[in-house]
Amino acid sequence: MQISARHQGKTTIFDISGDIDFANSREVRQSVLREIQESRAVRVMVNLSQVSYIDSSGVASLVEGLKASRDLGSRFILFGLSTSAREVLQLSRLIKVFEICDNEEQALAS
Amino acid sequence: MLALYSNPKWLSVVRGTVERLSNTLGFPEVQCRSITRAVDEALTNIVKHSYGNRLDQPIALYFRRTQRQSEGEVQQGLEILLCDRGPQVDASKLHGRRLDEIRPGGLGLHIIRQAMDIVEYARKGPINRLRLVKYLAQTNRAL
Repeated sequence: MQISARHQGKTTIFDISGDIDFANSREVRQSVLREIQESRAVRVMVNLSQVSYIDSSGVASLVEGLKASRDLGSRFILFGLSTSAREVLQLSRLIKVFEICDNEEQALAS
Repeated sequence: MLALYSNPKWLSVVRGTVERLSNTLGFPEVQCRSITRAVDEALTNIVKHSYGNRLDQPIALYFRRTQRQSEGEVQQGLEILLCDRGPQVDASKLHGRRLDEIRPGGLGLHIIRQAMDIVEYARKGPINRLRLVKYLAQTNRAL
């Protein structure tokens, strides 16, 4: 799993690739929370287009990112969800909690 | 049978195995993914709760075909046993959290129960045994 952050104006975009599971979800959580707190972006976007699998601990990391963003008054948007990622968010009934876009262009335009 | 240590680095290996196995047995793709997810979450629970994140503890997974009678027909299925040697699990705590709460954690058991037809926990001597079974819909007969 790899995670990196880039910035476009007041937007922070996280690019994640690989599977997110219990072996690395802590790294995802720490990276996302640190960047959210340091960048103070108005909008935080998470690119999941290269993530083929995400488990419940990965979902928990995204929920923490969402909460941290809300605490700072930022939007938190997921985009590029794989079928598997979408299924796990539906199973956990979190699909309606997150702002979700099909791709980066749509997320930037939202 | 798969024998492994409780290091999370093996999770992806088990996922690959379970997904291929369930696919070979004829489960549709959506069920292959949900069975794989259930086994992954069950293994994670063992690593996290049964072994307290220790990396060197033994876990065994057993896979076998099973069947049941359903509406006068034999329904084929896949049975997966996950065995560990951690402390006895309090079965009364084996329930997922309420899904209307928006908070991290507590989703694993819910995901397991959603995916599988049978989820049974038993303690056999020093071993925790989680039995997961998924039956194939009648129209799928690849088993």
